Amino acid sequence: MLSYILRRVLAAIPVMIFVALFVFLLLRLSPGDPAAIIAGDTATPEQLEQIRERLGLNDPLLVQFADWGWRLLQGDFGESILSGTPVTSMIADRMEPTISLALTTIVLSIVIAVPLGVIAAWKHGTIIDRVVMAISVLGFSVPVFVIAYVLIQVFAINLKWLPVQGFTSIFDDPGTFAQRITLPTLTLTSLYIALIARITRTSMLETLGEDFVRTARAKGLAERRVLMKHALRNSAVPIVTVIGIGFALIISGVVVTESVFNLPGIGRLTVDAVLARDYPVIQGVILLASLLYVGINLLIDIAYVILDPRIRYA
Amino acid sequence: MSENVLEIRNLSIALDGDDSARVVKDLSLSIKPGETMCLVGESGSGKSLTSLATMGLLPKALKATTGEILVNGVDVLKQSPGKLRDMRATQMAMIFQEPMTALNPVMKVGDQIAEVMEAHGRSKGDRRKAVLEIMEHVHLPDVERIYGSYPHQLSGGQRQRIMIAMALVLRPKLLIADEPTTALDVTTQAQVLKLIRELREELGTAVLFITHDMGVVAEIADDVTVLRLGEAVERAPVVDLLRGPRTDYARELLSAVPSLIPRAPRPTPKKATPALSTEALTKVYSTKTLLGKAKETRAADAVNLTLGPGRTLGIVGESGSGKSTVARCIVRLIDPTSGSVKITGEEIADVPLNRLKPHRKRVQIVFQDPFRSLNPRIEVGESIIEGPLNFGVSRKQALEDAKRLLELVGLPRSAIDRFPHQFSGGQRQRIAIARALAMQPDLLIADEAVSALDVSVQAQVLKLLDEIQERMGIAILFITHDLRVAAQICDEVMVMRKGQVVEAGPAAEVLAHPRTEYTRSLIEAAPGRHWDFANFRPVAETIAAAG
Repeated sequence: MLSYILRRVLAAIPVMIFVALFVFLLLRLSPGDPAAIIAGDTATPEQLEQIRERLGLNDPLLVQFADWGWRLLQGDFGESILSGTPVTSMIADRMEPTISLALTTIVLSIVIAVPLGVIAAWKHGTIIDRVVMAISVLGFSVPVFVIAYVLIQVFAINLKWLPVQGFTSIFDDPGTFAQRITLPTLTLTSLYIALIARITRTSMLETLGEDFVRTARAKGLAERRVLMKHALRNSAVPIVTVIGIGFALIISGVVVTESVFNLPGIGRLTVDAVLARDYPVIQGVILLASLLYVGINLLIDIAYVILDPRIRYA
Repeated sequence: MSENVLEIRNLSIALDGDDSARVVKDLSLSIKPGETMCLVGESGSGKSLTSLATMGLLPKALKATTGEILVNGVDVLKQSPGKLRDMRATQMAMIFQEPMTALNPVMKVGDQIAEVMEAHGRSKGDRRKAVLEIMEHVHLPDVERIYGSYPHQLSGGQRQRIMIAMALVLRPKLLIADEPTTALDVTTQAQVLKLIRELREELGTAVLFITHDMGVVAEIADDVTVLRLGEAVERAPVVDLLRGPRTDYARELLSAVPSLIPRAPRPTPKKATPALSTEALTKVYSTKTLLGKAKETRAADAVNLTLGPGRTLGIVGESGSGKSTVARCIVRLIDPTSGSVKITGEEIADVPLNRLKPHRKRVQIVFQDPFRSLNPRIEVGESIIEGPLNFGVSRKQALEDAKRLLELVGLPRSAIDRFPHQFSGGQRQRIAIARALAMQPDLLIADEAVSALDVSVQAQVLKLLDEIQERMGIAILFITHDLRVAAQICDEVMVMRKGQVVEAGPAAEVLAHPRTEYTRSLIEAAPGRHWDFANFRPVAETIAAAG
């Protein structure tokens, strides 16, 4: 097991190097001189030359990449062109809202969607199944911002149960945190419930047709145990995959939801950086997102091995 | 109360409860403690449905419309779901055909047995001990280790023993066994049959044993019920049935069982270039671990064989013997590691893939499962002509040939624009043979080509292959695990084990006078080997009559 994890981690290294190279070239190959972008329209040629020298832009490309990579390894992602703040601290500031939202969304989605999918598969072809599938189609097809505004209209403006916008850290005030995170969570959850319920149903349907499910029933097991212990665990691999990818997607930018609810998260940071052509910040966000994907994929792979003892990658 | 453990009275099962669509009709049977009733029939006879109904596990679309199923006097059909659950594993238990898929792949086998006790309220303290005990009882080795193993870590025989242990751990009075040895190797099959016999005597369990195999019937049955299209056509004590079947259908079933006595050898052919020969054919699979230590599996190890035109060579072996590996190397579906493969004298073992096409035509293969080897989405005719079209035959000509071939394999010419699902298993296998023949190959490889078929259909397909060979002078390489089939169709037989050739020679020699211990053990394990089914008498009497 340990050597398996180690192998997976080692395998992730070339991926990360490749991503870093891509991000590096993104800045170097994009039209325009980075120094000119940094210096602005009014800079004199001397100032430009100074900036080039400072950024090491006169060195060969490979040396630049090595320098940049070395700084990355030390946690130095550069500074924002706009504010001059280190990119790392900018991202760190924005992590909490995004991670909070991602966690609440995924947990709520799992809690609702997995049982829905299990029941739909169990009652395959009945009205219950069709209702679950209808809900899931709805979740897929209604755009996130529509759901967001409907929720705001109903719960924040009409009923006045919850605040319209904003974010408070759970460490500062758990009560306000819960109030403020509820609507964005519900908004995002609709999509993930649809996704996870569907994949759970499909996977369960396949498993329920397997011989060992018949064996479990022949043993005289209660139906709940047949479903949860025998069928669900054997259906878990695709479900876990979708959950993992979903989680990564939320973290690497729930732009719409964060904008609508005015959450100061990564999604907002990305949008602002792109609009301002703040390349170091864009680089930082992309690197972070890739690191996250690689990490979550690693977790998914480890989950496979725990869930299914037959999977042993050579 | 009757003394019968199981008593089925006038049972009918129908699709959607529609009495005109009955799949089991008015079936009655009974079993006493310690007795085995074999339910024999071909596919579609309703034998499996009867067993599922007894467990209360019929698929939703099917319902028992009339009759009763009494297990120890209690009518299963009238019980609530909760009461049924209580009865399962305590009153009646079931084992299935394929133990690999019947066991939960992600749960330790010991836990799977313990779960039965848990579900029926046995206290936690005794569970592990009781599980280990029943595991010993079914003769599993090293029970502590196996308790914590997953199904895929065990052999087929061990898995079926786990299933049996699971079924018997609460000592039910009735054991239902649905083709429990069909998926097993012949030597394993013999061991499992012995175990079931032994447990039945020891525990006084009544056994409802479902099978299509008359050999197995001869080994295990006390009484036999022959089912056909949902109806019991004949019921008799086993020896009475084997010696004197009263109905035509039972007689047909028995006559179709291929004899273990090899057929008369054909005259030795004139000297000719062999259609196929291999020399030191070897296939090695190696897996690398992190430390770079390679583990090698020699799937085929220096296999030499020669097959003349118009003759049939059988490769016989159990699973893992390498018989299919050899076939696949010869077709170049996989590449041999070393050695030579000559088709009509031409070396093809090391021809690179991009220059292999002209050789593809000369070797064709028919696979085991006709339900999966034909593309379900394209018409039969298209499947057949695809090969010839690739080799430049005109479409019109190819279709004409295809119709002729369909006739040759005993199907109507009109079959050409139908889809595979419109045919039965036997018909599909005929289509697969027609497809292979469309390429006019020199060599036809049949990889377990009759194993998935009912015995009467099997006999027809074997006869067809024989006729085709006679007419076209084609060489056939016949891969099988079934010694009876081998005895009926092969001129020469080669026995393989763990990638190596154990014994080879004329079929009559190898099967009647085996020289090696392994071949002998294979023959001894063949179920019903003392019976000459087709002549309704024990083999000893046949030999005496001939002598």
